[in-house]
Amino acid sequence: MTDTKPRVAVWKFASCDGCQLTLLTCEQELLPLTEQVDIVHFLEASSAIDDGPYDLSLVEGSISTPEDVERIQHVREMSRHVVTIGACATAGGIQALRNFGDVEELLSIVYATPSFLSTLDTVDPISAHIKVDFELRGCPIDKAQLLEVITAFLCQRRPDIPSHDVCFECKRAGLPCVLVAHDTPCMGPVTHAGCGALCPRFGRGCYGCFGPMDSARPDVLIELLRSKGVGEDELYRMFHTFNAWAEPFRDQPGEVPVGAPTRRTP
Amino acid sequence: MTHKAGAGPLNTAALARVEGEGGMHVEVVDGKVENVQLQIYEPPRFYEGFLRGRAHTEPPDITARICGICPVAYQMSACLAIEDACGVTVTPDITELRRLLYCGEWIESHALHIHLLHAPDFFGVDSAIDLAALDRPAVERGLALQRIGNDILELVGGRAIHPVNVKVGGFYRPPTIADLQAFRPRIEQAVELAEEVVAWVATLDCPEMTTEHELVALSDGDNYPLLGERIISNRGLDIDVSQFLDHFEEYQVEHSTAKHAHHLSRGNYLVGPLARFSLAREKLGPIATTAADAAGLGATCTNPFQSIVVRAVEMLHACEEALRIIDNYVRPEPGSIAVPPRPGTGHGATEAPRGLLYHRYSLDEQGLILDAEIIPPTSQNQPTIEHDLFHFVEDNLSMPDEELRRAAEVTIRNHDPCISCATHFLDLTVERRSGVNR
Repeated sequence: MTDTKPRVAVWKFASCDGCQLTLLTCEQELLPLTEQVDIVHFLEASSAIDDGPYDLSLVEGSISTPEDVERIQHVREMSRHVVTIGACATAGGIQALRNFGDVEELLSIVYATPSFLSTLDTVDPISAHIKVDFELRGCPIDKAQLLEVITAFLCQRRPDIPSHDVCFECKRAGLPCVLVAHDTPCMGPVTHAGCGALCPRFGRGCYGCFGPMDSARPDVLIELLRSKGVGEDELYRMFHTFNAWAEPFRDQPGEVPVGAPTRRTP
Repeated sequence: MTHKAGAGPLNTAALARVEGEGGMHVEVVDGKVENVQLQIYEPPRFYEGFLRGRAHTEPPDITARICGICPVAYQMSACLAIEDACGVTVTPDITELRRLLYCGEWIESHALHIHLLHAPDFFGVDSAIDLAALDRPAVERGLALQRIGNDILELVGGRAIHPVNVKVGGFYRPPTIADLQAFRPRIEQAVELAEEVVAWVATLDCPEMTTEHELVALSDGDNYPLLGERIISNRGLDIDVSQFLDHFEEYQVEHSTAKHAHHLSRGNYLVGPLARFSLAREKLGPIATTAADAAGLGATCTNPFQSIVVRAVEMLHACEEALRIIDNYVRPEPGSIAVPPRPGTGHGATEAPRGLLYHRYSLDEQGLILDAEIIPPTSQNQPTIEHDLFHFVEDNLSMPDEELRRAAEVTIRNHDPCISCATHFLDLTVERRSGVNR
């Protein structure tokens, strides 16, 4: 391998590994990709560690510990471009549900001796700590979109990632609207495209795993859902999953379910 | 990396090719191993905490996010536990389709671990990309199998990572017979490829090592364990899944955000491929059985290095099983059965690619989750991995540090730990010192 190839690094913070795994599931593209770029730091795939600098850093996961606050600064310093991959890095992920409650309470539910653990009160997206050059959505990200983003950054152009809603993808696929036709609660009208309207294809409502689209209007959707009899507790749960901490999902009303850890005002 | 490094003078690189982040610390005093710790500092995400107050329909989607490598395992254990709590049993047709989905995950996960994570160790290279320079057809074959596994996941589950088609009670929209039949030639191809993989890994040079631990796996009737209602071991354990917590316990240790687990009276135990194979070899499909024989595997396998061979055999079995399910497929009608909530507690366990995964949920009358407990395979194996590591380092202290470090990393990867699941990043520190300085 020559030194003239662009140098790519993959980093993990609090997450499930699924988004970086997406890179390893590019089966047909993986070996050709490594002919175009040097993946110099990718712990899940290689024992070889390169201290940088890097042309492109792909960052998975959210920031939730004091150590990670420092580590992400290091990633930024060593990287020409930083791209976040997935809902955790872009919006905090499902673990950001702790931002609505009391971390001490959660700690005591899960661990007998919480004092062994070092964790922050809140879970942050990467952009809360460093400048991010592009945010790729999805829980998990889409493989084709990931390859598009890598290609775009290596060719020094803007990634061609559509920012419209899932409804648009449904219409394009000719799928009947599950919300209108079957009264199935669906977050498609407020959710960022990228999945290809996957859930409606399977007859279920979108559950928002790509997070809010640009200029989403959850208030309008919520009124519609209420008119179809969706209760306040269900509304709360719909907006409080993998992108709960993303604006404007985080400000949506709804009743905190009984038994849930105490809610704190964001 | 200087990520939570230990204090020793021989602090080195991160342990790679594992799913998640942690470190390993080995303390050697006066030429004797004093302490071995698998340090896991994967940031805790508190799933069991924020599951409280969620609806009983939500755990399959939520707990899938614990692990991007084995989301189906989480979905399946969650479904079984909630259906148990609600007193509902799904139809055999639904169970068969769940098996098919799960076979996809086994093929994907085992192909990934064998080729991308584990095999590079046997060739002394850092990654599958480097391995491809030595044996490109082998890596391409592994990637092709991974693709087929992922395609099964997409066909049945909608997508490979965090499938969307699974629900408590069954599936949103089961595939048609035509969908599955159209895919049949790919699985026939997978059987052939997987046979080649078994033959390939059988030629790898495995160091001698025997794990003495109790081997624990599900018992799944006449099937090789995947979904099941009883838990058995090679030391006479035979219990209902609901009795799991009467016999096993999860506990916290200071050096790890992942909990450990042990058998209440017998201590460390091992779950995963070696346990399943040793307890259920005779239930493998005919092609997998023949391949296991040809690979030289005996009635049981307790050498952790040979887990790569067992994984290949299991991957072949999963391909065979997928073929069987497709040929006998009856499209579940309806795709799911109603699971009305009722107050109570339910238990579910299934065999994730890396071992037994247990879920327990307590629900109120509306189906809201009062309490959840999830015990992943890596928590259960962690004390055993530390134990194996201790003895391996003790037996090989004469090795130079760098060589010892590489070999010790392999003893960890033998067990395919998934640190994201258990709580992730391994820094390895070997601290050699003299007792007089203490």
